[in-house]
Amino acid sequence: MPTTMISGRPIDVNDEGFLVAYDQWDSKLGAELGRLIGIELTDAHWGPIRFLRMDYPARGETATLRRVSTVGGFAIKDLFALFPGKPAKKMAYIAGLPKPKGCV
Amino acid sequence: MKRLVILGGGTAGTMVANKLRAALGRHELHITVVDRDDAHHYQPGYLFMPFGIYNTTDIVRSRHRFLADGIDLVLTEIDRVDPSFRVVHLADGRSLSYDHLVIATGVSPRPDATPGMQGPLWGDKIHEFYSLPGAQALTEAMRRFRGGRLVVHITEMPIKCPVAPMEFTFLADDWLRKHDIRERTELTYVTPLDGAFTKPVASRELATALVDRQIALETDFAVEHIDNDTAELVSFDGRRIGFDLLVTVPLNMGADFVARSGLGDELNLVPCDQHTMVSLAHPEIHVLGDAGTLQTSKAGSVAHFAVDVFTHNFVAEFNGRPATHGFDGHANCFIESGGRKGMLLDFNYATEPFTGNFPLPVVGPFKLLKETHLNHLGKLAFRWIYWNLLLPGRPIPMIPTTMSLAGKRVETDVTPAGTGLPQAAAPSSPAPGPKPSTPKAAPTKPSTPRVEAKQPATRPAAAPATPARPVAAGVGAGGYTDRPGVDSTADPGTVLPAPIIPKF
Repeated sequence: MPTTMISGRPIDVNDEGFLVAYDQWDSKLGAELGRLIGIELTDAHWGPIRFLRMDYPARGETATLRRVSTVGGFAIKDLFALFPGKPAKKMAYIAGLPKPKGCV
Repeated sequence: MKRLVILGGGTAGTMVANKLRAALGRHELHITVVDRDDAHHYQPGYLFMPFGIYNTTDIVRSRHRFLADGIDLVLTEIDRVDPSFRVVHLADGRSLSYDHLVIATGVSPRPDATPGMQGPLWGDKIHEFYSLPGAQALTEAMRRFRGGRLVVHITEMPIKCPVAPMEFTFLADDWLRKHDIRERTELTYVTPLDGAFTKPVASRELATALVDRQIALETDFAVEHIDNDTAELVSFDGRRIGFDLLVTVPLNMGADFVARSGLGDELNLVPCDQHTMVSLAHPEIHVLGDAGTLQTSKAGSVAHFAVDVFTHNFVAEFNGRPATHGFDGHANCFIESGGRKGMLLDFNYATEPFTGNFPLPVVGPFKLLKETHLNHLGKLAFRWIYWNLLLPGRPIPMIPTTMSLAGKRVETDVTPAGTGLPQAAAPSSPAPGPKPSTPKAAPTKPSTPRVEAKQPATRPAAAPATPARPVAAGVGAGGYTDRPGVDSTADPGTVLPAPIIPKF
């Protein structure tokens, strides 16, 4: 598992670049992760990102779009506008959490 | 005498009732199973119906036939559970009090959750095979199909039997060839995930499975609605996929009484411990089968292995001994790949599906992640095993509860393009281990019990007075407190200077 410099700090990631340690993330790093994939984070972005960060520890898995929408209260259509194309994956990346996956 | 009420007489409910009936005397534990009807469905069989391989009589048996003597079966709908008074209210006005409750009511397809799914085209061009009526209607639709655009679609994860849509696609490809209409058919697989296969070794081994069969793939597709005028799936980002026959897997949700009882998350799944299947909110409530939040496949094999672990712990604690078993997320699934061949998957929370031999090294006889005729026969044989060994609670030869690495070709650091390492997303380890540390501002759940061999159990079942604290559901983002990130402790000499940026 590689370790890379992000925002001047050594950060553990998987081979795809997603963070693997919940504790290594902070909002400064999140902002940099957003920049790396071309998203300048605004207050509108931070709402769902903070929800994902807050939801993860007790659940042990990244919230789905449905959960971000029904529990967090962010409309799915808005998430597609904020994180174009692949909101679930992009939000997970920026929030330093694992991306959604299947069984095979 | 203690009272155990089991909600749901399906795969998990039937198995756990029979195992506990065999383990504990009737004067010690009274067991009641509640279900809405007396029809037990062999759900893996739905997949085969549209291709004429199984019919209804192969799939449906009476529930009571599979429950051992000394188990009460109550047939009615469940209104709600009242955890504070430990009572289940039934729709017919009766109520059942319990000392222990097992929720095993699974998940069901909810076509009404997607706008337009149950529009004018429902049952005509739009079908599903996750229910008996759905599989029966699709059987007719396949018979009438004369070619065109056949689209297989997953609405949202998690779904039960997560490989079934892929199996359906493989079987459809085979079936269309046999009926000489494959060349006139455009076959498309539509998934909300970022690939048909998302685990590294499986994606590599199965990379050409779709291309070889000329099956088109549409990924990251989050369906917003189905347009019945134009017969198209429409995604939130504006993509449209037209169909002449749509085989969709609707959103899967837990039972409605779970929501009415305040026990579920946004999908009516009951949050439970990954290793003990105990409800995170109520220590006397247990969740087995598909109804909970185990981060492994919702599948009969998982229910089987989890029931083994649960039964062992339940009986131990019932007799005043510590619970010593922890579930590892073990799943073991035969996958139909068409042409009378099949594949086999064996994995758990910590171990992705690998290649190799199963259950014995070298001799197998089953091959993991490879298409063989024997794997197909294993799948067909499973229906007999289900009715005759699994439901009655008899041991299944050669298949261990805990996943074994013997025979598996273990690989690390395999990351084909577009896939990530599963370890990052899997719960910590096969046995309970350290969880990601929780920021102090975030709500916490009751401390996760550590269940390890030779260690006294700390499961709160013996102390029901433990106050149930709220689970994460319902949190807003407002209370989040940012904390400074902790640097990696990796050897500075190995740190890469530039970040790895995922491909989106």
